[in-house]
Amino acid sequence: MSGVEVTGESQGTRLLAWIDARFPLSKMMREHATEYYAGKNFNVWYVFGVLAFVVLIIQLLTGIFLTMNYKPAALDAFASVEYIMRDVEWGWLIRYMHSTGASAFFIVVYLHMFRAMLYGSYKNPRELLWLIGMLIYVALMAEGFLGYLLPWGQMSYWGAQVIISLFGAIPVVGDPLVEWIRGDYNISDITLNRFFALHVIAVPLALVMLVVMHILALHETGSNNPDGIEIKANKGPDGIPLDGIAFHPFYTAKDLVAIIIFLILFSAVIFFAPEMGGYFLEHANFEPANIMKTPEHIAPVWYFTPFYAILRAIPDKLGGVVLMGGAIVVLFFLPWIDRSGVKSIRYRGWGYKGALTVFAVSFLVLGVLGTLPAEGIYTTLARIFTFLYFGFFVYLYFYTGNEKGKPVPERLTYHG
Amino acid sequence: MSEDNGLSRRRFLTIATSVTGAVGTVAVAVPFISSWQPSARARALGAPVKVDISKLEDGAMMRVIWRGTPVSILKRSPEMLSRLENEQADLRDRNSEQEQQPAYAQNEFRSIKPEVLVLISNCTHLGCVPTNRFEVAPADLGPDWVGGFFCPCHGSKFDLAGRVFAGVPAPLNLLVPPYRYVGDNVLIIGEDTEVAA
Repeated sequence: MSGVEVTGESQGTRLLAWIDARFPLSKMMREHATEYYAGKNFNVWYVFGVLAFVVLIIQLLTGIFLTMNYKPAALDAFASVEYIMRDVEWGWLIRYMHSTGASAFFIVVYLHMFRAMLYGSYKNPRELLWLIGMLIYVALMAEGFLGYLLPWGQMSYWGAQVIISLFGAIPVVGDPLVEWIRGDYNISDITLNRFFALHVIAVPLALVMLVVMHILALHETGSNNPDGIEIKANKGPDGIPLDGIAFHPFYTAKDLVAIIIFLILFSAVIFFAPEMGGYFLEHANFEPANIMKTPEHIAPVWYFTPFYAILRAIPDKLGGVVLMGGAIVVLFFLPWIDRSGVKSIRYRGWGYKGALTVFAVSFLVLGVLGTLPAEGIYTTLARIFTFLYFGFFVYLYFYTGNEKGKPVPERLTYHG
Repeated sequence: MSEDNGLSRRRFLTIATSVTGAVGTVAVAVPFISSWQPSARARALGAPVKVDISKLEDGAMMRVIWRGTPVSILKRSPEMLSRLENEQADLRDRNSEQEQQPAYAQNEFRSIKPEVLVLISNCTHLGCVPTNRFEVAPADLGPDWVGGFFCPCHGSKFDLAGRVFAGVPAPLNLLVPPYRYVGDNVLIIGEDTEVAA
């Protein structure tokens, strides 16, 4: 152990001591890994944070290599993506990793967010953790949107046209704002060039900084757990939470299993279904952008479709834009909308369990509707589920004023 | 000054320094924000375009690009013009009262010459290009359709003068760009006549 005198210190120990005198390496390892204690009862819902981090690394790495061959100019962009796919050694693999990574990012982040809703991870004292996480989510959406223009295909162009036009719905400043974002009278080479800059420098930089803040905030409050009780409330004589186990090696070992399973699924998509039937890479995007002709059916990539369905459900331009933005903004306020003192769904009333189910189903149904044409029964359904989506938050505020649930245990359990 | 160890003086200096810094930050932000405006080259490329429409037949439409935006020029036949008088049509802005056209095109045809319609082909909803659906009562658009433009993105409908129908997401009529004639069959798009009425 560390207290034992070692005669003839090894080279490694001396090097570490030399570093520790100049940089807090061992201290950081202890604070964030070997002596960071998390509840011993984590279940499968607790792997998505680590998986999101893995995807972030994949996106940064593949993204850097894509920029080495991609040309951010209207005349060259589409051809340079074809060049990467056909002529660059392993270019197709790097690009498919990046395009599949974008969808994988949203899958794990949506599951990660849902986990927070299951176990009340956004509640006191973790409100800032949730807010930083929401900022990461918004930055991620911006990153996905900006990146989608870069291949300069038909869907890139018209998707960007529609999304940028959303800002035109803002009264008074709308039209000048749209022109300022595009830097031209329509989406052009200029727009593509600046989207490239934002996609490869500005937003990733912000994302990485937010992720660091997210982890620092997490390690300050400590991780929540499926029972939603604070393990710091029960400490042993050594000051270590009785129900806590060290992140390293216990959870790193568990996470490694999750990472391996994730990478198997990720590889399966890359090698066997990189377009995912038009959901990860849309068919219309295999044609170069044509400013004269809008594709017959335009829909955003699947991770935006719930919000797109809300936009189209409202028969008013400004109203649709406001509700679409509101659907994201309302999530920021979740820690204050949910007034219940109980965190975990295990000890909450049926009123919450039912409402959360309705909310999750609404989000999924809206996601499907966003990929379908907005006509007839689809529009009616989109309106119903938009109502339920927002209804969840209104209901939650009043319901949690006086929620009746089960008694919360003192110590962690392994079974709900 | 000695009474409070110069605290009020320090507070004043802190505030003065902060304000000066804030003003400087705003001033430095201006060039960066302005750099996103259309550049001199983008503005130059947005110069007016000259179009010869002498070969355009009745009922035919052509598209040109002005400012990177598709502009439709439709030569309406007398029969097509007669369809604009449809009193039953439920139009949001029948008389073109919204400023979606220059003053000289604010008439029942939304054009200088009744037969020649000039429109920016971007839907006023979210900017898609509406398709040409000039036929009357096609199967997919229903028996009330009198011909016009249909946007495939979100289903907005416009008549043969680019006027928007009620009950669709687009809030405004299609935009008529500034244009003028420099001959019977030559148009300049993007430039007004001096004698704009």
